[in-house]
Amino acid sequence: MVYIQRIPAGVRPDTGAAMTIDSRDQTEATRGDALFPPPADDPAEQANVPETVIRARCGWGVFDLLELWGYRELLFFLAWRDIKVRYQQTVLGLAWAALQPALMTVVFTLSVGRLARGDSDGSPYALFVNAGLLPWTFFAAVLSHAGGSVVDNERLITKVYFPRLLVPFAAAGPALIDFLVATTILGALMVGYSVPPGWGLLWLPAVMLLTALAALGVGAFLAALNVAYRDVRYVIPFLVQVWMFATPTIYLPPPHSLALPFRLNPMTGLVAFFRAAALGDDLPWGQFGYSAAAAVVVFAAGCYWFRRAEDSFADVI
Amino acid sequence: MARVIRADRLSKCYQVNHLEAMLPYRTLRDQLGHWAAWPWRWLTSRGEHAETFWALKDVSFEVGAGEVVGIIGRNGAGKSTLLKLLSRITRPTSGEARLRGRVGSLLEVGTGFHPELTGRDNIFLNGVLLGLRRREIVLRFPEIVAFAEMEQFIDTPVKRYSSGMYVRLAFAVAAHLRSEILIIDEVLAVGDAQFQEKCLGAMQQTASSGRTILFVSHNMASVQQLCGRALLLSRGRVVADGRPRDVVGLYFADVPRVSSVELRDWHDRTTNGQGRIVRLATTGTNGEAMGSTTVGGTLRFVITAEFAEAVNDPCFGVLVHTASGEPILDLRSRHDGLRLGRVQGPVTVDVTLDGLGLYPGDYLLSPWVSETLGQQEIDWVKYCCTLRVEPAPGPHGDLRLNPTWGKYWVPSRWGRVRAACDAGPQPDRAREP
Repeated sequence: MVYIQRIPAGVRPDTGAAMTIDSRDQTEATRGDALFPPPADDPAEQANVPETVIRARCGWGVFDLLELWGYRELLFFLAWRDIKVRYQQTVLGLAWAALQPALMTVVFTLSVGRLARGDSDGSPYALFVNAGLLPWTFFAAVLSHAGGSVVDNERLITKVYFPRLLVPFAAAGPALIDFLVATTILGALMVGYSVPPGWGLLWLPAVMLLTALAALGVGAFLAALNVAYRDVRYVIPFLVQVWMFATPTIYLPPPHSLALPFRLNPMTGLVAFFRAAALGDDLPWGQFGYSAAAAVVVFAAGCYWFRRAEDSFADVI
Repeated sequence: MARVIRADRLSKCYQVNHLEAMLPYRTLRDQLGHWAAWPWRWLTSRGEHAETFWALKDVSFEVGAGEVVGIIGRNGAGKSTLLKLLSRITRPTSGEARLRGRVGSLLEVGTGFHPELTGRDNIFLNGVLLGLRRREIVLRFPEIVAFAEMEQFIDTPVKRYSSGMYVRLAFAVAAHLRSEILIIDEVLAVGDAQFQEKCLGAMQQTASSGRTILFVSHNMASVQQLCGRALLLSRGRVVADGRPRDVVGLYFADVPRVSSVELRDWHDRTTNGQGRIVRLATTGTNGEAMGSTTVGGTLRFVITAEFAEAVNDPCFGVLVHTASGEPILDLRSRHDGLRLGRVQGPVTVDVTLDGLGLYPGDYLLSPWVSETLGQQEIDWVKYCCTLRVEPAPGPHGDLRLNPTWGKYWVPSRWGRVRAACDAGPQPDRAREP
């Protein structure tokens, strides 16, 4: 190594004179029109300048929840970007969000309800299907958006640092808006069939949160897998479809539904609980407990997998 | 002043798999097959290891607060990898770096810009991505818009912007970052000359505001202009660290001074795959090999390129740079009337310069070939050899030319003006016979 000459820190390279700038003057001089304004001069802030340590990942990575919280504004802006871009230059705009579950309800009511005489446990079949499709559509949307999110945001991943988990998390934003719009259809149906809502309604935010966690867990897992293997993208729609029919969304769970596959599927209990809560039936707490635990486990496992894989994203993508 | 960056034996290793390098990406299907075949592979091909490539190896350096450090090196020397490690986009294989203070990294102009969103939306999105708080952006918003000169178009989707407007807006956001450490990668390489000037001005202002800047560039002139210190990377290692002038000198020192240079496997190039420059030779008028010439001498460059595809009427060129990398002569075949028609396979062209007036010293050559009129580069080999220009006795005796006085000597006619005490505008009558 050739070592030519190290310029001592604090000495201006051009003149060799020591740099002595009165910090107060500088703030005055550069306030307002300055480009690249100097960092804050507040001594208290100087004292706890954050230090970044960059080294190879060692041991088990864990979630850095504090860091995620520090980046909450970015999460918001990423979600907001997706929402805005989604409805830009569309004729119907937000109406699409309501239209899709509405049409699905019509289709299933005519096919399954009328022709196959699906059992709906007493309530009108259209209402039964719509209340089941709502949480399911939300789950499916979060899952599929999150699953493709990292590859879709390749430019960001390779050019700037931020906690990568924000990318699949932000994908829940548009799905949440879609869900809120779609609830108006359910509301309209409930008015139409004059079904009064019960107090169970208050549980809906918790159900939706757990649904989001389950979807994000699977979505984060698929997103990380998608970076390395691009054919995962083609598997996702298929997976969503199969999962939908494996979940009692448009049919009642069979009486012996405590079979293991049904119990392990977090969506079984969440869809049933959502439907019961919205339509004012008895709340199935047992199923809900299983599903809530499953959702949390799925979320933790998916995020953990994602964290393990994220270091190689920029190299592989 | 305090130390703000300390890199300690930073290394980054990539696995090179030749088969994989040819595929755009892996598929799960292939991987499943790969795993299924594992016992078979294990039995048959033991001891065969994946090839590894150290993009960075044991890089250590320290940067003090307020230093502006330029990082230079050829393509593949590890500059971008170093920036990626320091801006936490990827992790090192071993080693450690510590950075004190907020880090803003500008590896691209307009990171995260979305074409469908308006200028206003993009300022917020981009600002938050670069590490600004929403509150800070709200405060600085009018300044950013004013700097970009965008007041009328701020609510227009960015996709309707011209590329110049796009870059201006993006740079305006970057220029208002408040981080203590800035990591900048060739941002100045985009935009028109006027914009680059503006960027340089902004960078210079930053440099004097006491912040630390790491700046990667291919432009040796701007490194020397902006930086107080330079690091030279070569094959993943720091080979020089010191004053920019000296380090840039070292960067060019290993450029071969030969009469003919084989360029088929030359690494430092920009190419689009349509063709490749394979040889550059410097000869006299009669074809004799020459590694140097004299002031006012005659010189001939012979360039050979191989075109993998048929190309319509390509334009050849040679760029002559000063020893510090500044381009000084720009020779272009099309501009001098050479029409080649449709070509494929090997093509050799030559260009002869009579009375080459370069001042004595070493010059660097970059041959290139492009599509018609130099719009689309096909291949551009950077700084591939050195041309020495020796002092020569001029037609009027041995007069020295010092390269610090000027760069190019143009034969000119001088005379003494004799009329009434230096009266200007009657040169013809006053001239000596």
